[in-house]
Amino acid sequence: MQWHATEQQSQLADALERFMQRDYSFEQRRALAAGAGFSPQSWALLAELGITALLVPETFGGLGASVQDGLHALQTLAPALPLEPVVASSLLATHLLSGCSETAAARAWLPRMAEGRAIATPAHFEAEQGFATEQPQTQARHDGDGWLLHGAKSLVLQAQFADVLLVSATADDGQMAWFAVEPGRSGVHLRAYPLLDGQRAANVTFDGVRLLAAARIDRPGQGAALYGAMRDVWLAALCAEAVGILQATLDATVTYLNTRQQFGQPIGRFQVLQHRAVRMWMELEQARSMALLAADVCTQGDAVQRTRLLAAAKARVGQACSYVSQQAVQLHGGMGMTDEMQVSHWFKRLTVIELWLHDSDSHLQRYANSLRAA
Amino acid sequence: MNMDFEPDFTPEYAPFRAEVRAFLHDKLPASLRHKVLHGLRLNKDDFVLWQRILHAHGWGAPNWPLQYGGTSWNAVQQAIFDEECARAGAPRQLPFGLKMLAPVLMRFGTETQRKTLLPGIVSGDVWWCQGYSEPGAGSDLASLKTRAVRDGDDYIVTGQKTWTTLGQYADWMFCLVRTDTAAKPQQGISFLLIDMRSPGVSVRPIITLDGEHEVNEVWLDAVRVPVANRIGDENQGWTIAKYLLGHERSNIAGVGIAKRELSRLKDLVARESKPGRTLQDDPLFASRIAQLEIDLLALEITQLRMLQREGPPGPESSMLKVLGSELQQRVAELLMHAAGHRALSFEFQTPDSGNKDEDESGRLAAQYANWRKLSIFGGSNEIQNGILARALGL
Repeated sequence: MQWHATEQQSQLADALERFMQRDYSFEQRRALAAGAGFSPQSWALLAELGITALLVPETFGGLGASVQDGLHALQTLAPALPLEPVVASSLLATHLLSGCSETAAARAWLPRMAEGRAIATPAHFEAEQGFATEQPQTQARHDGDGWLLHGAKSLVLQAQFADVLLVSATADDGQMAWFAVEPGRSGVHLRAYPLLDGQRAANVTFDGVRLLAAARIDRPGQGAALYGAMRDVWLAALCAEAVGILQATLDATVTYLNTRQQFGQPIGRFQVLQHRAVRMWMELEQARSMALLAADVCTQGDAVQRTRLLAAAKARVGQACSYVSQQAVQLHGGMGMTDEMQVSHWFKRLTVIELWLHDSDSHLQRYANSLRAA
Repeated sequence: MNMDFEPDFTPEYAPFRAEVRAFLHDKLPASLRHKVLHGLRLNKDDFVLWQRILHAHGWGAPNWPLQYGGTSWNAVQQAIFDEECARAGAPRQLPFGLKMLAPVLMRFGTETQRKTLLPGIVSGDVWWCQGYSEPGAGSDLASLKTRAVRDGDDYIVTGQKTWTTLGQYADWMFCLVRTDTAAKPQQGISFLLIDMRSPGVSVRPIITLDGEHEVNEVWLDAVRVPVANRIGDENQGWTIAKYLLGHERSNIAGVGIAKRELSRLKDLVARESKPGRTLQDDPLFASRIAQLEIDLLALEITQLRMLQREGPPGPESSMLKVLGSELQQRVAELLMHAAGHRALSFEFQTPDSGNKDEDESGRLAAQYANWRKLSIFGGSNEIQNGILARALGL
C-alpha cells in the first residue's frame, strides 16, 4: 500500500494544479462542455505536462510511469472535470496497448499517443449487456489476410475525437480479440452524444469493416485477460477520480456554508448542517481509503482477491459519491440546482461514476457472492 | 472471517504480528478466551489476571515509553497489538490507568507522582476509575459542580460523580473538581486523585438496560484529599482534561473487536437457517454482512492512514470514534438478528446447556443493548461531530 505520494507524483500534481487554475477554469470548461466538447489547446498542454506520455513505455517514447502514478495524477486533475480523453486514451487505451507491446498496432500507436498526437479510446461495451459485456456480440471474421468486422459498440468515450478505436470482438475461434480501427474507415459509423457529465461519447457501428491483419492488437487467447486488466485499472481510476471530486465538493460546500447568510448568520452555524458536512467528510475519508486500496490491488496479486477488493472499493466509493453529491446540492439549496454553480457539475460526474462499470449495489452483491464462495 | 482472504496492509510488521499471535497462543488463559469469545461477563480477577500476564511479559503498557515500563511501540504496532488481542479473545486492557491517567502523569505530574503511581498501573495492582461526569455535567463537562475547598494541606471534596465504569472495584479515582467558583467554568477546575477508601466516599451501582452492574454513582461527602494528590496546578484541570481528549488515538476505532464480532456473525450465519433456506443464502442478509465487512475494511485503512500521519493526533480521533462505534453497534445488531428468536432469552450468565447456539445467543441481545453505550461515552458521537465541524472550519 502506497501511503504517501512519491516526490514525482507530488511534482506532477503541483504542475497539474497550476494548469487547472490557469488553463482549465470552471468557466472555460463550462463553455467547452456546451460547445465543442474538446479543446485541442488543452490537450496539447496536458501533453506538455506529460500526461499523455506518463504510462507509455519508455521504448515507445513515453515516461514508463506506473498505473499508480497515473491514478495519482487523475485524482489531482479530477475536480477540473476534463473533457479530454485523459482516462480513455492516456490511461486505458495506453494500458491496453502496453499489454501487447510486441504487436504492430501497439508499435504504431503508442509513440504518437505519448506525444499527444494521437488519441485512442477503448470500444468494448455493447447495447445489450452494457457494462456486463464479457463476450462481445461484435464479430471479427477472417477475411483473406485480414479481418471483417460486424457489430456495434456503445458508450465509446470521446470517440469523435479519436484517431483510433480499440475494438473488442469475438473472433472465429470464439475468443475475445482486439482491433485497432480508424474511425474514418469505410463501414464505421459514429453517433456522438454528450453524457450526463458533459463528456462526449458515441455509439459506433461496424458494418463489414475490412481490416488488415496488422490491425489485430492482441495475440490469440489474450483478449479476455486484456479486458480484465483494463477493467481493473478502470475501476481504480473511477475511485481515484471520485476522491478528487469528493474533496472539491466538500471544500466548496464548507465555503458555501460559511458564506451564505440566513436568519442573520452564516448557515454553517446551524448544527444540523454542520453534522451533515461532517458526515460528508467521513464519506470522503472512507472513499479515500478504498481508492488507495483499489490503486494498490488493481495491477497485482491473486485474481480472486483483486476482483473481490475492487468490488469492495467501487461499492464503498460509489456510496460516498451518492451521499456527498446529493448532500452538496442540498446544502447549496436552490443554488445547488443551477448550472452556474460548479457543485452541480461535480454532482453529475459523481453520478456517472457511481453508475459506470456497475453501481454500488451490484458490487456489494459481487462482494457478498465472493464471501459465499470462499 | 477467513484469514486467508484477509489483505494484510502492514506486511512490514508481519514478524511483530506473528510474535503477538504466538504470545497470545501461549499465554492467554483458555478461561478468559472462552468468556470473551462468548460475550460472558468478566470479573475483576479476570482483568487483573490478564494485566499481570501482560506485565510479566513486558507488555503491560503498550502505549507508554520504555522509561516508565512501556514498550515504546509506535502507533501502528499498538494498533496491531490491540487487534490481535481482541481477535484472540483477550480481555480489553482497562484504559483508566493506562491510557487516561498515565499520559497525564507523564505530562503534568511531578517526578514523585510518576514514581509512586505508574508502577501500580502497569502491574495491575492498583485499579483506577474515572471521575469526570456528574448528573448535571455530561456532554457539558465544564459545568461540573463537585467542590474542592482548601483546608490546610487538604482539600475537602463534596459532590457526586456518575457513570463511573467499574468503580466498584476501584482503589483510586482520578477526578475533576471545582476549586474556583468565581472563575469562568473552564478556569476553576482542578485534577485530583482520590483514595476510594477515604471516609466519605460511597459507591452505588447503576444497573444498565442489559441488567449489568458496570457503572456506578460515586458520592463524595466531605472527603479529605491531600493537596499532594493534585496533578498539575490548581485550576489547570481543564487543560489536563483537554490534553487527554484526542491524545489517545490507537484502538479508538475498535477494529479488532469489530473483526472478532464479524467472525462470530459469520460463524453463526453458517449454522443458522431460516425456513426454506439457510441464512447464508439469503441475499439480503448476505449483502448486509458484505456491507459491514466493506465498511470495516475502509475503517481499517483509514485508521492506518491516520496512525501513520506525522505530528500530534488531531480531530481524526473523533472520526475514528464515530465510525468505529457505529460499526461495532451494527455488527452487534446483526448478530442479534442472525440468532433470531434465540436472541430473546436474557440470561446473565448463560448456563452450559450443551447447545452452542443456545448458549451463545443468550448473550447477544444483552450485548446489543450494552453496546448502545459506544456512541454515548467518551464524548457522545454528536459531541465528536461538533469537534469535527470545527476542524472542517465551520
